[in-house]
Amino acid sequence: MSMVALEESLRRLGEVKAPARLAEMVMDRFAVLDTPLGPFFVAWNHDGVSAVYEVRHGEPAFRAWFEDRYRRPLVRSESGPPESVLRRFDMRGVAPFQRLVLEKTSEIPRGEVRTYSWVAREIGHPKAVRAVGTALATNPMPILIPCHRVVRSDGVIGNYGAGGPLAKRRILDVEGVWVGELEKLARRGVRFLGSDTTHVFCMPTCRHARRVSDEHAVEFHSEREAFAAGYRPCKVCRPAEAA
Amino acid sequence: MDFERMFHEHQDRVFAFCYSMTGSRAEAEDVAQEVFLRAWRSLREWDDKRVAELSQRAWLHKIALNVVRNRVRASQSRPPLAASDAALAVVAAPGRAPESAVESRWLAERVAALPPPQREAVVLVQVQGFPYAEAAELTGRPLNTVKSDVHRGLASLRRMLEKEEVLVG
Repeated sequence: MSMVALEESLRRLGEVKAPARLAEMVMDRFAVLDTPLGPFFVAWNHDGVSAVYEVRHGEPAFRAWFEDRYRRPLVRSESGPPESVLRRFDMRGVAPFQRLVLEKTSEIPRGEVRTYSWVAREIGHPKAVRAVGTALATNPMPILIPCHRVVRSDGVIGNYGAGGPLAKRRILDVEGVWVGELEKLARRGVRFLGSDTTHVFCMPTCRHARRVSDEHAVEFHSEREAFAAGYRPCKVCRPAEAA
Repeated sequence: MDFERMFHEHQDRVFAFCYSMTGSRAEAEDVAQEVFLRAWRSLREWDDKRVAELSQRAWLHKIALNVVRNRVRASQSRPPLAASDAALAVVAAPGRAPESAVESRWLAERVAALPPPQREAVVLVQVQGFPYAEAAELTGRPLNTVKSDVHRGLASLRRMLEKEEVLVG
């Protein structure tokens, strides 16, 4: 190969094009997404959704919050996030404990709720109930990571970062949770519902508990009471560790 | 400062630099990402006057050079070229300029395998088209050193090409 040909080849090497995904590796994009609680800003990148933020605070506040938190640029997108992106989350900017909490929370099905202590036990930190509360209160992706599906075990729906307790009730209502019923049970101290045909007990909103007809439903005030009555915890909602 | 515009204007040049410095597309993506994130973080802190006076192309290359140098220091060893790569030499027939992606990969891998000063000089001057004086400023080396590094780098690339052509021919 002549020197001229080599120099020409090197010059052509300089014409290599950047892959399309480089832009997504560098800049997060955002658009406005309609949710049951009204419009929210949603930011995303090639790893998934990175932030959800209330539109009423304004775009400059969203930008400032995002860029300070993640130290990455955020640019406006012409179109909304692709459907596939909304199912994935970019957890790189989330601390390890909060990440555990958020990942566990995203497993709670629509139409059901769990308690803060349930999340704490499921992630292997049964005593960190308060820390779970804090982790959910600062959820950077509310609505899409359903922190609204975590409530207090005494029946209080609890606070909600994206619009307060009323917003939390509203979105649970939209998802088909009977918030009023749940509160009534909790006020009477009922934590679990069992079936006297299967001898399985559940979290009250578990889809298996809701299938039990009234004449077969049994109320329990604690897991100890349920175990003493010879019931075992449901394998789907896992209301307690198996005895 | 419109970061998005700067990104779109320079992404190909920066990527080409990273690709010929690392010899790997995957690594080049990581380096280019790091370059633009560092650039954005700096621009955020600077006042408008400083931003306006910036020569973006040279500045981005300066950052890229630092990122590559730091990564080499961090890993300290370059994996040897895979044995199968020798087979790719067959496409670089003597006197024919590389045209396909395979050929540019083949060449990028060999450029990346040059000793660091030669690699930097060859990439800045021959691949990216910087004048010698600017390459000297970017690398922080004397002009004459950069000139001889380019010369030696080219000579050793040519030797590699001839050797591998014999190998597969």
